[in-house]
Amino acid sequence: MRDLSLHLLDLAQNSITAGASLVTVRISVDEAGMLTMVLEDNGKGMSPELLERVTSPFATTRTTRKVGLGIPMMKENAEKAGGSFNLESEVGKGTVLTAVMDTRNIDCLPLGDLSGTLLSLMLTNPLFPDFLFTGKTPKGECSFDTREVRKVLGSDIPFNEPSVAGWLKEALEEEIQPIFGGVLI
Amino acid sequence: MKSLADLEAIRARTLENINMRKDEDAARVVIGMATCGIAAGARPVMLAFMDEIKKRNLQHVTVSQTGCIGMCRYEPMLDVILPGQEKVTYIHVKPEMVPRIVSEHIVNGNPVVEYTIGAAKD
Repeated sequence: MRDLSLHLLDLAQNSITAGASLVTVRISVDEAGMLTMVLEDNGKGMSPELLERVTSPFATTRTTRKVGLGIPMMKENAEKAGGSFNLESEVGKGTVLTAVMDTRNIDCLPLGDLSGTLLSLMLTNPLFPDFLFTGKTPKGECSFDTREVRKVLGSDIPFNEPSVAGWLKEALEEEIQPIFGGVLI
Repeated sequence: MKSLADLEAIRARTLENINMRKDEDAARVVIGMATCGIAAGARPVMLAFMDEIKKRNLQHVTVSQTGCIGMCRYEPMLDVILPGQEKVTYIHVKPEMVPRIVSEHIVNGNPVVEYTIGAAKD
């Protein structure tokens, strides 16, 4: 994975597979340059046994092969960038993934195309689930909530309709670029 | 957030289009977006498809994702499925290749053979 946004795109898929109806992404950068990414869902959650072995590359829920690299790669990338990785989960309630990275660390991944990632998530999951993004850096705050979009658009029009996709793309860029574009701190 | 009034206008227009459409004549693009696909660059490819479809105002094309197809070394991979035809699998797809796939294959029905898995040398 070349950047943090790609990790996000990959990890959010786990939440969707877990049947979440709302996937929440929070990214914040403090004055000291510590970046925290929290991915929270209300999916089916993991048992304590699965939670314990899920950071191993040899744990996966799929049946075709015995490796699953998404979570272990995120853990490694967070830890080698002077940060930490934490997973909390409860069966029936959902999962919270937290990755912390020091953006001043030379091994810290760049943030990457954040609005493109959120757009990809919405376009590939056009009717369900909902996504909530909030961001905070010393430059300010931003947020995007697909529940608000659906309130106007109706629940019968999928996000991957070309005209809707175009609107989402512009709306996401307008909201996110001023806060996360360019230098973070 | 960008004006939600625009969105209402989009809703009215889109509802008309959706009602006129029949699912059986839709072309499908299915992109592999598991860890392997994403790491190899599937996201810009998917966004390039959406851009191209919007640019050409194609009403009968749906773009969707799938998990790992099992040949991670060929990622980013995608299938184009035209109604009533066998699927065609493209490998090592880059965003620059997307306009050709859309115009030659999806619009005109001629697969871009040099990009397909059949043309792979290894």
